[in-house]
Amino acid sequence: MENKTILEVKDLKTYFRTDAGIVKAVDGVSFRLDKGETLGLVGESGSGKSVTNMSIMKLIPMPPGKIVGGEVLLDGVDILKLNEKEMSRIRGNRISMIFQDPMTALNPYLRISTQLIETIRLHQGLDKAEARKKAIEMLKLVGIPAAERRIDAYPHQFSGGMRQRVMIAIALSCNPEILIADEPTTALDVTIQAQILDLIKDLSEKLETAVIMITHDLGVVAGMCDNVCVMYAGRIVERAPVDDLFESPKHPYTNGLIQSIPRLDEKGSGRLFSIDGQPPNVIDLPECCPFHPRCEKAMDVCTRKYPPVVSLEGKREVACWLYEENK
Amino acid sequence: MAKENKEVLLQVQGLKQHFPIKGSRNVIRAVDGVSFDLYKGETLGLVGESGCGKSTTVRAIDQLYRPTAGNVLFEGVDLATLKQKPLIAARKNMQMVFQDPYGSLNPRMTVSQILSEPLQIYSQRKIINMTKEEISRRVDELMEIVGLSRFFKNRYPHEFSGGQKQRIGIGRALALNPKLLLLDEPVSALDVSIQAQVLNLLDDLQKEFDLTYLFIAHDLAVVEHISDRVAVMYLGIIAELSPANDLYVEPLHPYTQALLSAVPIPDPKIERTRERIVLEGDVPSPDTERHGCYFYDRCPKRMEKCKGSIPELKAVKGDHQVACFLYE
Ligand SMILES: Nc1ncnc2c1ncn2[C@@H]1O[C@H](COP(=O)(O)OP(=O)(O)O)[C@@H](O)[C@H]1O
Ligand SMILES: Nc1ncnc2c1ncn2[C@@H]1O[C@H](COP(=O)(O)OP(=O)(O)O)[C@@H](O)[C@H]1O
Ligand code: SF4
Ligand code: SF4
Ligand SMILES: [Mg+2]
Ligand SMILES: [Mg+2]
Repeated sequence: MENKTILEVKDLKTYFRTDAGIVKAVDGVSFRLDKGETLGLVGESGSGKSVTNMSIMKLIPMPPGKIVGGEVLLDGVDILKLNEKEMSRIRGNRISMIFQDPMTALNPYLRISTQLIETIRLHQGLDKAEARKKAIEMLKLVGIPAAERRIDAYPHQFSGGMRQRVMIAIALSCNPEILIADEPTTALDVTIQAQILDLIKDLSEKLETAVIMITHDLGVVAGMCDNVCVMYAGRIVERAPVDDLFESPKHPYTNGLIQSIPRLDEKGSGRLFSIDGQPPNVIDLPECCPFHPRCEKAMDVCTRKYPPVVSLEGKREVACWLYEENK
Repeated sequence: MAKENKEVLLQVQGLKQHFPIKGSRNVIRAVDGVSFDLYKGETLGLVGESGCGKSTTVRAIDQLYRPTAGNVLFEGVDLATLKQKPLIAARKNMQMVFQDPYGSLNPRMTVSQILSEPLQIYSQRKIINMTKEEISRRVDELMEIVGLSRFFKNRYPHEFSGGQKQRIGIGRALALNPKLLLLDEPVSALDVSIQAQVLNLLDDLQKEFDLTYLFIAHDLAVVEHISDRVAVMYLGIIAELSPANDLYVEPLHPYTQALLSAVPIPDPKIERTRERIVLEGDVPSPDTERHGCYFYDRCPKRMEKCKGSIPELKAVKGDHQVACFLYE
């Protein structure tokens, strides 16, 4: 398949002004997303995954937040420069989002039909009857049983997994080029998670949607993604094709993270590998590798300068002084 | 783990915990007949999807609820029938740790106050006998045991990270030198790197203080890792109970098989070749009395006889117990 880049994020910086100081939630994030690709954005809580996503959608609450730098190129056009009206045409149409909690996207007082039909009409200019037909089609596609009847139910009449399906139906109803899924299965039980992930995988293939899969779960990444970006303290510390990342993680943080997960398929009792300490506060972080207080391989330079991004063989990148020759 | 001599610490027999439903004759059968033995020094994991009755089981064991039916024998004494006073004394040996360290720690108390509270209460009730100085020394000791600096003892919970708060919760549970910890999703709210630290801490503490754990989690990999044996719950009953290492290799119950097949494994090559067993429908509501197998509605292997009678939890291979007619 031809690798055509549809989204490119360049040196994105999003800060929040708080009483405690400036929170550098996203501090120089760059990545590209190709057509048909599923890209994982993985990291622990607070690493800046959601803020990255909300910045791409221009949904950062301003104030306290501000996108202070960078570009988000959609097919070469910097969408950060668009006004709200132009942006709202992109949201839901060309880039759609699903979240952990479907209720943040669904209106509890409106029937599913109203919400879905409205979205479809808004973006596709169909008449009401056509939009309803399309809405039922979408609900069937995401596996809602008896869609013709259940389309007129209210969100609370659906289980958590079914609501997530409805949100996926809404998100994909306009055939977006990009779907951003922000922890879509974190609140769900594993059996339901498996169903929803399968659904996202099938539909993104069928509809040729590129996916940014945001998650803290490396198991989800392993099953879903083609390529992965690992985030730590507002930056991407490593980027690699999924097999390579798990086979030979380069960044000490990635390595620690992979090793500290208990695995079902391995007879491991006894001690787990563990990374000491905890993620840094991203307020007033001095110039350094933010991982250095927890890093077994930290060197003097790591405490003074942020590591440059080093390109490695096989489309890999890592931000770590270990791989830089001119220290 | 002292399995050779298999001394039983806790016996749960036919435990049921039902809750009334307002304006209905039906009840919620949160726990609907659970039996198991817990051996001294072992970790028994309780897994299952949300709502299957894990928390209610441990709460009923701890007598936070008075069970609808069944016995909870701790060192041979049935807690379910004890009066308030002897119950409080017996509870000294059995402490709970909760999922949400934030919600379960009083925000207006310092760490020192949180850790000393159980000691003070039990001293006032004359169940233990400790002076102020002894309590204060014990607090320092507890901080060290759970890996927190003593210098932080006058701080408040909000000044600590999630992992540290969970350490405080564990410290409080250990204050009275219990024999059994009931751990209700103690690492579920933590990030992986912090989760590994807390799991290691629990492992160390168990060895050092000869503790027995009943460990709840919805993450099967976590449970398999920390447990000697694992009980899989579904709709208020135990579907399967097996040595932890056997469960993944040879799950017997059709529900366990489906559950395990759904757990993502952090290895892309394995993930690409795995077969998932997709179950029909959602977990039914626990508000109806069942006369057949609890898993009947969703079981891909159901048979005629599963509809009308309930399979009992029985050992089929050594220690491996399952409640399913396929193995009769
Ligand atoms: N509205 C806000 N005001 C202040 N800080 C915020 C706000 N939203 C997010 N942050 C901070 O930005 C950082 C990154 O958050 P987020 O992107 O939500 O993390 P993740 O999604 O990786 O868990 C965190 O430190 C968080 O506290
Ligand atoms: N105090 C209560 N009153 C009524 N129903 C309850 C109560 N506690 C739990 N339940 C119900 O009992 C079932 C089991 O709940 P719980 O033990 O919390 O499950 P788990 O911990 O496995 O997620 C659920 O259907 C839940 O809604
Ligand atoms: S730059 Fe230094 S401290 Fe940071 S991850 Fe690499 S070796 Fe460790
Ligand atoms: S008893 Fe029957 S219905 Fe129940 S799990 Fe076994 S095969 Fe399935
Ligand atoms: Mg987030
Ligand atoms: Mg629970």
